[in-house]
Amino acid sequence: MCVLRELYGAGVEKLRIEHNSFTTPSNKKLEIVTISSNYHIEVNPSDVGIHDRVVVQEMIKNVAQVNQLDTSSQKDFKVVVLTEVDRLSRDAQHALRRTMEKYMATCRLILVCNSTSKVIPAIRSRCLGIRVAAPSQEEIAQILHNVCKKEGLNLPSELAKRIAEKSQGNLRRAILMCEACRVQQYPFSADQQVSDPDWELFLRETATMIVQEQSPRRLLEVRGRLYELLTHCIPPDVVMRGLLQELLSNCDGVLKPEVVQSAAHFEHRLQCGQKAIYHLEAFVARFMAIYKRFLEEGIADLF
Amino acid sequence: MEAFLKGSTASSQTKKASAPLASTSKKDNKDVQQSPKHIPWVEKYRPRTVEDVAHQDEVVAVLRKILTGSDLPNLLFYGPPGTGKTSTILAAARSLFGHDLYRSRVLELNASDERGINVIREKVKSFAQFTASNTRPDGKPCPPYKIVILDEADSMTSAAQAALRRTMEKETKTTRFCLICNYVSRIIEPITSRCAKFRFKPLAETVMSERLKHICKEEKVQIVESALETLMHVSDGDMRRAVMYLQSASRLCGQDEPVTENIIMDITGVMPDEMLDLVLKTCHSDSYEKLDLVVKQIIREGYAASQVLSQLHDRVVNMEDITDRQKSAICEKMGEVDKCLTDGADEYLQMIALFSVIMQQLCHGE
Repeated sequence: MCVLRELYGAGVEKLRIEHNSFTTPSNKKLEIVTISSNYHIEVNPSDVGIHDRVVVQEMIKNVAQVNQLDTSSQKDFKVVVLTEVDRLSRDAQHALRRTMEKYMATCRLILVCNSTSKVIPAIRSRCLGIRVAAPSQEEIAQILHNVCKKEGLNLPSELAKRIAEKSQGNLRRAILMCEACRVQQYPFSADQQVSDPDWELFLRETATMIVQEQSPRRLLEVRGRLYELLTHCIPPDVVMRGLLQELLSNCDGVLKPEVVQSAAHFEHRLQCGQKAIYHLEAFVARFMAIYKRFLEEGIADLF
Repeated sequence: MEAFLKGSTASSQTKKASAPLASTSKKDNKDVQQSPKHIPWVEKYRPRTVEDVAHQDEVVAVLRKILTGSDLPNLLFYGPPGTGKTSTILAAARSLFGHDLYRSRVLELNASDERGINVIREKVKSFAQFTASNTRPDGKPCPPYKIVILDEADSMTSAAQAALRRTMEKETKTTRFCLICNYVSRIIEPITSRCAKFRFKPLAETVMSERLKHICKEEKVQIVESALETLMHVSDGDMRRAVMYLQSASRLCGQDEPVTENIIMDITGVMPDEMLDLVLKTCHSDSYEKLDLVVKQIIREGYAASQVLSQLHDRVVNMEDITDRQKSAICEKMGEVDKCLTDGADEYLQMIALFSVIMQQLCHGE
């Protein structure tokens, strides 16, 4: 956003939200929300799932083919910001390739993604990659201080440090946490509880349940809880990662490699497959089996 | 369909607009500097004639013959990105037809156009059915056929490819096809057997450095010799990537300062060696907690897992303190992780799984 502002001046900030609709080759109507100004347009094509290719083909081309009206006072290209490029399907990424080159004169693309591993090499070689590292804990703490100063709050530095630790390098989360803390208790005290999101607590409880007892009945209970998580729109890979972390902290070092391997295995399956719950469940079942075998061996060794 | 039609006209307009500009850039550099258009260097230094294409001798030899009048077979170009496939055919087509005829004689379809089976059936067929005369409007001779360029053909469905088979044969009188792809294995057999195949090899370092030095001279960029080497190393024979990096590095440095090795490393997102050392040291320590921290740190710093994987692979293969059996175990896991990553699996989990295998091999191997 700041870059755009530099390029085009304040006009960029006159934003409007538009609903564009497209028709796929199979005559299915799609709608997508875009945020745009006169100079740029921001889209998240992965919103429409597997039909993202159509969006890329139609919309970006349309934008790109139109020249900037007044080239004397401003840059002579438009900017398309695509977010979550790593969620784009293969087809859509291929569709981007030539579009990027052809309309170089009228349109530049800014692609935003969490990791370049999921972006095909053909696109990567067409772009300048800018690695944006997460801010360090000191930086987060510093920013929190600044925010609080602007809001007229008094933030003790221990609390700032703890929030920074908990946020795991995620600045948005850190600021949200800080705000939550303020709602909880103000003025801040240094040893105040920093609350985790609900679902993390929930996940932690689930993990303890798994470690406590390994039986089909418990698996059924866990399944209910996993379903609940998924229905609250927690992405399955986040669930898997959280679960692994909690389970690892609860089990013996000898088991860890095996547990990690199986987590990676089932997470891969999860991405390939359709329904997340099977794979999460399979992982839980596998963990139970590993853990139980370990316990039984331990008991056998005792006698 | 409508969008497609619009697409083709607009593209040829932009081509027209850029073609005169390109020819002036060859003749006179002052014009380019005065012109207000900021074209990225990748476009600016795209080869304009077949002769300009570097390092692909076979193709150039064949195309040169064609330009002097012999017949053109159906072509299939394949090879890694940034080796000049699209540039070559575009340059060839341009010198065959000149840019007046270019619009009517060349149909360029790429993955950004709708390319289902219907398009192949209707669009390509109807384009191919018109015969072409063997003179230009200005009286010069030109070959009596049209060219259909199917760029990024590996993203075409196999149904669409199958629809192409008979069309290709039936229309040989008037039309030649040129298919371009990265992976020849994704093109169905019947198509490959109908085409003359040309492999585009990754550019050799000497050719690349020559080209890069030329660009540096034109753009008045100062570059340290070692930085040039790093640049070639990280771009792996991909010319486009190298030029892209060079341009961004020069932007970063400004006019007067020379481009150094560190800057190149920085913009290319290569993990510094210290980070790799840290990873391997942690793997030696046999502690999961530390490993977990390192992986989190890597992700937080924003390094891509695929990048980590390839760098780590180089390291592991050259490691001397482990046996071949251990290496093979690690490499096997690497292969698996790579597959999982391309399928879209979670980076954190895959990386920690890989590192745990390495750790096990290093600490409890044999």
